[in-house]
Amino acid sequence: MAELLRVENLHVSVEGKEILKGIDLTINKGEIHVVMGTNGAGKSTLANAIMGNPVYEVTEGSITFEGEDITEEDVNNRAKAGIFMSFQNPIAIPGITVENFIRTAKATVTGENVRALAFKKELKSKMDELSFDQSYAQRYVNEGFSGGERKKNEILQMSILDPKLAMLDETDSGLDVDAVRIVSDGVDRFHNENNAVLIITHHNSILQKLKPDFVHILINGKIVKTGDASLVAEIETKGYDAYKALV
Amino acid sequence: METRKKTHVEEMDRGVYDIKNEFEYSYKSNAGLTEDIIREIWSNKNEPEWMLEFRLKSLKIYNELDIPNWIPDISGLNMDNIVTYVKPKVDMKGDWNEVPEDIKSTFDRLGIPEAERTSLAGVGAQYDSEVVYHSIQEDLVKQGVIYTDIETALHEHEDLVKQYFMTLVPPSDHKFAALHGAVWSGGSFVYVPKGVHVEIPLQSYFRLNAPGAGQFEHTLIIVEEGAKAHFIEGCSAPKYDVSNLHAGCVELFVKDNATLRYSTIENWSKNMYNLNTKRSRVGKNGTIEWVSGSFGSRVSCLYPMSILAGEGAHCEFTGVTFAGEGQYLDTGAKVVHAAPHTTSNINSKSISKSGGAAIYRGVLNIGKNAEHSKATVSCESLMLDQISQSDTIPSISIENDNVDLGHEAKIGRISDEAIFYLMTRGISEEEARAMLVRGFVEPISKELPLEYAVEMNNLITLELEGSIG
Repeated sequence: MAELLRVENLHVSVEGKEILKGIDLTINKGEIHVVMGTNGAGKSTLANAIMGNPVYEVTEGSITFEGEDITEEDVNNRAKAGIFMSFQNPIAIPGITVENFIRTAKATVTGENVRALAFKKELKSKMDELSFDQSYAQRYVNEGFSGGERKKNEILQMSILDPKLAMLDETDSGLDVDAVRIVSDGVDRFHNENNAVLIITHHNSILQKLKPDFVHILINGKIVKTGDASLVAEIETKGYDAYKALV
Repeated sequence: METRKKTHVEEMDRGVYDIKNEFEYSYKSNAGLTEDIIREIWSNKNEPEWMLEFRLKSLKIYNELDIPNWIPDISGLNMDNIVTYVKPKVDMKGDWNEVPEDIKSTFDRLGIPEAERTSLAGVGAQYDSEVVYHSIQEDLVKQGVIYTDIETALHEHEDLVKQYFMTLVPPSDHKFAALHGAVWSGGSFVYVPKGVHVEIPLQSYFRLNAPGAGQFEHTLIIVEEGAKAHFIEGCSAPKYDVSNLHAGCVELFVKDNATLRYSTIENWSKNMYNLNTKRSRVGKNGTIEWVSGSFGSRVSCLYPMSILAGEGAHCEFTGVTFAGEGQYLDTGAKVVHAAPHTTSNINSKSISKSGGAAIYRGVLNIGKNAEHSKATVSCESLMLDQISQSDTIPSISIENDNVDLGHEAKIGRISDEAIFYLMTRGISEEEARAMLVRGFVEPISKELPLEYAVEMNNLITLELEGSIG
């Protein structure tokens, strides 16, 4: 198994308050990991810290991607290295169309010229896969988009940028059943033996389609238990309270 | 590749070059603006008698009026030496060595090739431009359209010029309008006859300013009943001026049921005091559309005014202002609703950075008889750092109860969240900022012809460079 991501003893603070209190996590190519946990446990913090969000300060520990220490690396360089994050609440970017945005991103991430016509074709087919109306390509990024449309836009970007590690930060939250299915189908199409997916969620609906290799329970800034897919069902029955004692 | 169709109107003809030379010899020592100088301008331009009277009357008003007390600080402008602004000190021909470094590098980065650049300053390019210009003009001439420089118009269409010239912006309007009336030189004249639709935009390109003419140029456009035109004025590189005062004047007459779109990008050299006056009068069911980009200059006072004189007249104003270090750009729009059922939309965006000030100053005046009128004003400003300045100074006066008015002003900064989002997609911080700023002005750039939109985006990128530590 080729290692993609290694997180060691990661401590992260936000505005001086420690949120993550020593996380260890290794993700190899071909794997699907799920991080579950209560609200405020630090799930989004984990994804943001791996992505390099400057709001989240790493106070201790390290993040290694494909053998390179990226703990201090700029956000855009992490993206170029192959890390992607699907946002929980993607922000609207007025004045930049979805097409232009993704095309610029693709050219930057791949370091290659992206031919307009070929790109249009690819965009169209990926949008069709996500039942994402073509007209959205010419709309400004996320402006006036519903929650579901924003999430589709994230998955669209993921499928076109084709990262090595895709982190989905509560991509399923706030979506109706159909949207969850579309999104999880999208992730399923994306996933292969050469990439990995880290899913952050507190529902299990997205996991009906995606079969995780590892499930981590995050409570109060620590991973208290790691198991296989059966852990999802266990949480379903027992609730998170049962794991709080493990902190 | 097909060559872009473009009309180049040169601000100068041979004769004006000659005038300048004479100026250098005759009036080198004069410090103030005198009647003799006005007479000399007049006689060298071979103008009709009434224009001399007009110039002298303007000079008198200029001497009587004070500088308006509400405008930004222009003390860097030495009004006693006004004559040196009227007659340039430097010969602009083959003068690339005297063009400031930053402007030269702007040319380079905008991709204007060396050859084009050199020839633009020379006579050859003027000849070439004339050819392009005439080939389009022929097509328009058949329909009775006149498009020429204003000096030619004054000779060949004297009655038309006399009928309209500075009737919308009279010399008594303010001190700089009076100055303009006294010393104006160069500019464009457009006449579109009744019912004629000019589908191709008329473009006036001032790339590198010839001496003098650009400082006090006069643009006069008359769009007759039911006619339609789009006039574009701009420069694909900063105007470079020897002296540092610009007091141009634009008068747009839009008759009943006529439509005029007037697009302009002004990118002045950063030592320029830009005190420009632009005004439009719109007849019944007529439409004036302004698309305006203000870059460069040290101080700008620019408030294109629309007088909605006929019932149902409409005004659309879309403007963007970008103020960088050391710049104070006081810009906006004025609308006078002087007839019932008139409508206006003002959409202004400004960007300030590195201590620059971008001020929106607007006047909205809805008269007694302008019932059922509708006006919306939206001002958005973006400050790129803590030391820059932005302000909105709206003046609204409404003299009847039956109006629909909307006013919205927003001041914002680029959010770290937005930058982070773009960076997670591989985009560098610098490019993320530039993208967000370009996105901010996108509603304006999409109103511009493609080449101008590209130019504006390039200008923004250039302005933003080095703004990140």
